[in-house]
Amino acid sequence: MANVLAVLEQRNGALRKGAAELLAAARQLADQLGGSVDALVCGSGAVAGTESLGAHGADRVLTATDAAFAQYAPEAIVATVKGLGAYGAVLIAATATGKDLAPRLAAAMGAACGMDVTAVSAAGGAIRVVRPVYAGKAIQTLDLAGTPVVAVRPGAYAAVQAGKAGAVEAVTVPAFSARLMVTGITAPERASLDVAEARVVVAGGRGLGEPQHFALLEQLAAAFGGEAAVGASRAVVDAGWIGHGAQVGQTGKTVAPELYIAVGVSGAIQHLAGMRTAKVIVAINRDKDAPIFKVADYGIVGDLFEIVPALTEAVAKAKQ
Amino acid sequence: MKIAICLRRVPDTTTKIVVGAGGTAIDETGVKFVPNPYDEYALEAAIALKDAAGAGETVVVALGGDAVQETLRTALAMGVDRAVHLQGTPSADGLANARVLADHLKDGGYDLVLFGKLAVDDYGQQVGAMVAELLGVPCATAITSLAVEGGRAKVTREVEGGVEAAECALPAVLTCDKGLNTPRLPSLKGIMAAKKKPLDIVPVTVPAGQVTVVSLALPPERAAGKILGEGAAAVPALVAALTSDAKVL
Ligand SMILES: Cc1cc2nc3c(=O)[nH]c(=O)nc-3n(C[C@H](O)[C@H](O)[C@H](O)COP(=O)(O)OP(=O)(O)OC[C@H]3O[C@@H](n4cnc5c(N)ncnc54)[C@H](O)[C@@H]3O)c2cc1C
Ligand SMILES: Nc1ncnc2c1ncn2[C@@H]1O[C@H](COP(=O)(O)O)[C@@H](O)[C@H]1O
Repeated sequence: MANVLAVLEQRNGALRKGAAELLAAARQLADQLGGSVDALVCGSGAVAGTESLGAHGADRVLTATDAAFAQYAPEAIVATVKGLGAYGAVLIAATATGKDLAPRLAAAMGAACGMDVTAVSAAGGAIRVVRPVYAGKAIQTLDLAGTPVVAVRPGAYAAVQAGKAGAVEAVTVPAFSARLMVTGITAPERASLDVAEARVVVAGGRGLGEPQHFALLEQLAAAFGGEAAVGASRAVVDAGWIGHGAQVGQTGKTVAPELYIAVGVSGAIQHLAGMRTAKVIVAINRDKDAPIFKVADYGIVGDLFEIVPALTEAVAKAKQ
Repeated sequence: MKIAICLRRVPDTTTKIVVGAGGTAIDETGVKFVPNPYDEYALEAAIALKDAAGAGETVVVALGGDAVQETLRTALAMGVDRAVHLQGTPSADGLANARVLADHLKDGGYDLVLFGKLAVDDYGQQVGAMVAELLGVPCATAITSLAVEGGRAKVTREVEGGVEAAECALPAVLTCDKGLNTPRLPSLKGIMAAKKKPLDIVPVTVPAGQVTVVSLALPPERAAGKILGEGAAAVPALVAALTSDAKVL
């Protein structure tokens, strides 16, 4: 029997979204291991959302309170987790903060770290994780021995209603030496993302008609709030409408975003080579027989100049 | 200012992935290898910091087989002073590799040890922070800006919904993200000079680690999709599908 610890993330005294998802992963793993789920919340005071953790699958909620937790304080969290004793696995959400914390914790515990996993399960004596590698162009399955630290990709698990006790217990924060001082978080900066890294790629082809019409795609990308990049087919890169860095395909970049929106792109085999592993593909093209529709999950047939502005508006609304 | 950069040799990001015969790694036939792109930000930062300080040394360190020497030479051509090849077979366990790197770095007297935020092959996103923990020094990961002043490093990093600012004393470990700088290209003069720069070979034993690669596979093929309709009238159906079915919005 081995228990699972879920280390939850909070900011400004409120749990970050994703806590319930992480507990769903922890619950499933603990059930396979025949153990229970502890949820750890580190805050500088009471943390909003803690009361709902039992309903999402936590048998126990451990609260660690220290002034250091007013900001992200990795050394303090590591010390707290180390003070808790033995677990079969430690789960953390693979957010920017979680990805920072997981390897620190793994090294401090002498444990393996499974990063950005989309599935975690018990496999014999090991913890098995599935994770994208090579920018999502391949999927790796690993068995982690010992007590691994597993960072679970946001969105990989759906929250469940588990109706567990969720009894709250305060735990102590052992002595720690704060080496990194986080001084604050400010509003995001808008840096232009690389197509190979963005969560969303909006790609344009010859159907845009003129280089300045890429502005339509930039507006659509902006509606996704800083997680989208603008890509292109080779035809428009060769025509000089946009830089080569944006080219997707056999002689451009291979991308695997969560969402790929192809606008006025016919879907030539060389283009498909660079984007067919995207999680979801959307095609907008006026030719209903365009090959892009064969790989698209969702398609809209029609004039991009009419569809794209409407889509931009709808996405902006959905994102609010 | 003495700075180390840990460098990994990886397949070019445009590589088409073919799974090798064993089913646990890629087929390397015909694959072009390059310095890990995120490590190039680390190299650039190191060279620029040393130049600004006007004194010091930059040292690039890579763990791997003999092929990493070519990658190390690229770093030397960019302007790094010397290279160390930790000759051994990297583990699938990032912690095992971190132990070897930390062991080599611990007595080096480095003010800064720089890493890439992630290696574009294994997407491990861990070796830098692990080395910091093993060395017991401050660490900031995935930094997009850096200022070093009065024995301290001030950094920013992107977090969901904002930019986090942090600072720490040196010596420290930093891992570098895109946006930190624009890596320089090796000049012809740099390439010539690199041939004469020292490249030390240090045989190492990588500990066994706790990670077993069960399999490497290509993502599943796509099923045929559906046309939601014609014109702007189909936009609401698309947004609904992206929100509730595909869950990407
Ligand atoms: C060796 C080799 C390597 C190549 N490598 C690449 C590569 O890496 N990447 C790549 O992309 N290509 C590559 N190509 C080129 C590829 O074969 C195609 O020529 C190219 O992808 C076509 O670009 P496109 O889809 O923008 O243009 P087109 O094929 O001309 O398609 C334009 C599309 O826009 C639609 N359209 C037009 N107007 C509108 C409108 N108002 N509203 C909606 N839809 C509209 C049309 O119906 C059409 O489907 C390569 C070719 C070769 C030979
Ligand atoms: N074999 C290696 N030799 C030297 N540095 C490495 C090696 N593997 C990883 N690194 C460093 O650790 C960073 C993160 O790698 P990873 O944790 O595998 O994503 C890389 O960007 C490199 O800076």
